[in-house]
Parts: sequence; C-alpha cells; structure tokens
Amino acid sequence: MTLDFTPVWHGFPRLLEGALVTVEVTMAAMLVSAAVGLLVGIVRLNPERRVAYGLASSYVAFIRGTPLLVQLFILFFGLPQFGILLPATACGILGLGIYSGSYVSEVVRGAIQSIEAGQTEAARSLGMSRAQAMRKVVLPQAFRRMLPPLGNEAIALIKNSALVSLLTIDDVMREGQRIISTSFRALETYLVVALIYFVLTNAANQVLRYLERRMQVERSR
Amino acid sequence: MITVTGLHKVFGDHEVLRGIDLTVRPSKTMVVIGPSGSGKSTLLRCCNCLEIPEAGEVTINGVTIVSEGKTVPETRLNAVRAETGMVFQSFNLFPHMTTAENVMCAPVTVRRTPKAEARVRALELLAKVGLADKADVYPGTLSGGQKQRAAIARALAMNPKVMLFDEPTSALDPELVGEVLQVMKALAQEGMTMVVVTHEMGFAREVADTVVVMADGRIVEAGTPERIFGDPREDRTRAFLRALVDGHLAAPQTP
Repeated sequence: MTLDFTPVWHGFPRLLEGALVTVEVTMAAMLVSAAVGLLVGIVRLNPERRVAYGLASSYVAFIRGTPLLVQLFILFFGLPQFGILLPATACGILGLGIYSGSYVSEVVRGAIQSIEAGQTEAARSLGMSRAQAMRKVVLPQAFRRMLPPLGNEAIALIKNSALVSLLTIDDVMREGQRIISTSFRALETYLVVALIYFVLTNAANQVLRYLERRMQVERSR
Repeated sequence: MITVTGLHKVFGDHEVLRGIDLTVRPSKTMVVIGPSGSGKSTLLRCCNCLEIPEAGEVTINGVTIVSEGKTVPETRLNAVRAETGMVFQSFNLFPHMTTAENVMCAPVTVRRTPKAEARVRALELLAKVGLADKADVYPGTLSGGQKQRAAIARALAMNPKVMLFDEPTSALDPELVGEVLQVMKALAQEGMTMVVVTHEMGFAREVADTVVVMADGRIVEAGTPERIFGDPREDRTRAFLRALVDGHLAAPQTP
C-alpha cells in the first residue's frame, strides 16, 4: 500500500480555485449570518413585542433543531416546486448564513444581556433614544464579549460549507471529489482537502485573536 | 422646576412609594435623606422615568413626563431627559470611551454637536471638575472619586436645567468623598437646581436649601437643614438622626 500524491498535485490548481469558492461562499454567508444574528438577537431581547419575538424564537428553534443538510436541500431542491429557483451559490450562501445566524443570534443576545443595566440607564438619562443607547453604548461593549464565541461560529461555518458541494457548487470539497473520480486516490485527496480547510480555519482563528488583542489594548490604554 | 404629586410605586407586592408630593424650585438644592429602603432612590429614578410610577405625576420644566402610569411619547421624554442630568451611585461611565469621549458622547449623539466643538466643551467641563489631565485616558484607570467627577461632567455636557444625584458618594472610599462633594457644592452655588439623595449629613447641612426626610415610602418631614437637624419634630426623623450619630460614634471603635 503506497500513497501516491501525483493526481492531487496535478489537480492542485483546481483545488485552490475550489478553496477560493469556499472562502467566497463562507464570507458571504458570514455577512448574512451577522445581519440575521444581530437582528434576531436584538428582537429576542424584548419578549413584550410578542409577534416579532415569537417569529424570532421559532426561527432559532427550527433552524437549530434541524440538520443543515436538510435545510440546504429544502432551499435547492424544495423551493423550485414553488417556482422559486435560486442559483446554487445563492442557496449555499443563504442556507449557511441562515443556519449560522441562529447560533450568532444567541451569542449576540447573551453578550448584550451581559452589559450592566446601568449603562443603558446612563445613556437614556442623557437623552439618548433606545436605538442610540444600543448603538453607541451597549453594542460596542457587547461586541468585545461576542468575539470569542463568534470565532467558534466562524470556524464552524467554514467547516459546514463543505456541504454546499452537494448543491453542485464547485468548492474545494467538490473539486476534490472530481479528482478522486478520475484517479481513485481518495485518501491522498481528502488529506489535502482537509489540510486546506485547516489552513482556512486557522487563518480565521488568527484574525479573531488579533481583533481580541487589539480591543484589549484599546481598553487598557 | 420639578413637581411631584401623589407618586406611588410598587415592586411586586412591596409598595416602595406611598404618595409623595414635593416641589423643587429653580436654583435650589433639595437633599433627600432617610434609612435604606425608604424609597429615596426610587423617587429620584421616577423623576427621570427610569422607573415608571403606577400613580401620580412628575412634571419637569412644565412638561408632565409621567401621569398615572403613562409616560409622554418617547421623543418628548428623551428631550426632557436630555435636560435632566443624572448621576448614579455606580458612576456608569462608558468603559469603551475615553473620559473626554464620555463627556462628548451625548451632545454629539443627541444634539448633533460637531465633534470639535463638543470636545472643547468637554475639556472645559473636565477642567471644571479637576480632571483636565485625564481627558484622554479610559475610565478603568480612574479612581472612584475621579470617575464620579467625570460622570458629573458628562451630565453637565447637556447643559441640564436640573441635576439628580442618586447617592453619588456611597460607592466611594471615605477619603474620596470630599472631592465629589466639593464639585457638587460648587454647582449648587452656581445656581444649579439639584435633587440629591445622600447619606452625607455634612453636605445636607451645608448645601441644602430644603432637607426632606423619607421613611417607608413617605415623606416624614421637610424643612431647612437648621430646622431638620436642630429641631426635628417627628419621631422617625429623630430615630434616623440618632442612628446616624451612633453609627459615627461606633465607627472608630471597630478595628
């Protein structure tokens, strides 16, 4: 039994192209996730707005309680029945973003709730509106506390993005499978694919740690 | 300037305020004293609608901000709050902003004051409270007394017509109390309208125009400091003042 990396090596440029697609899909999904997470997280702070709170809570419960793969298939294979035919990339980005957003919303909610009530009271007593107090006073502080758990979500998102290969998106996973289909070198190819994912998650981790450090420096200045 | 009538506030099944009536006249300082749990802080927080009283009215500057459990519309309330400075026991400075940014924040956000202009004003106010050299440090590096003086400057930045102080020195080490009281005394002398909830009887005696004694959610008696401290008429007042004196006498004996 010998390892033969030659086919992977020949296919490496295609793997890199696939990695670029993975990065693009993941980053776009992160934007969706951040927007959805922030909105849902803030809505879930206030149970008195019954309808919005109910919708947001159902979203979190449903998305967290069902497999990502099923959600992606509903978007890609299910929606066309209603004439909603989204391009594969859009399905991938939306599916990943909506899924990750449900987790991010809980991170956002937890971080905001951890900011002492006195901060909001001080802001409101100065005449700021609810939204201004949130934007200027609460969110900047909450954001620092969100960073470590957001790092986990970012890494999970990168890894989960491998599922979009099943929606015919030519990401690094799918390019790897193409190489295997002609070379039958599964172990070698998947090892290299795994290594590429590891490089990506590690890079994301470094960026987050840099951000965390920078914010700490700012604070102790 | 501030008129409070028939104020009631309930937390759960505990009635914290049981019908409070008082009037603060412009440029006067009212000091509210009384045992813990008497409702002093709640009364003050109702004056800024940080708590919503179930019954009664609060009128500030001619605007009735809350009446029988209903507040004025949000924008109107914000406008009144902008002109009502509030100083908290726990300072509540914004830790992610420098001292100067803390002071500039509300004018820039609420009044759309240009940043440069707001900074000039912030530096003036910080100089006034003796913190000129602390403008560009974060609150985490300040002492308690410095934090509270910065918080006072932050409230003053909105040019408030009234200042509410909620036990401003209670969280401070004893040696830092004086510097904060000095700033407050100077404000009172400049003609600021002030309501101060405090346990500092020296301050009450020296600065107050009116001293209000509260107990169990009611006003026990009110009058000039000379009258309240020299000739307290109610048993509750006498008991409270005696307990304070005993407390002070007992303090040096504890190791």
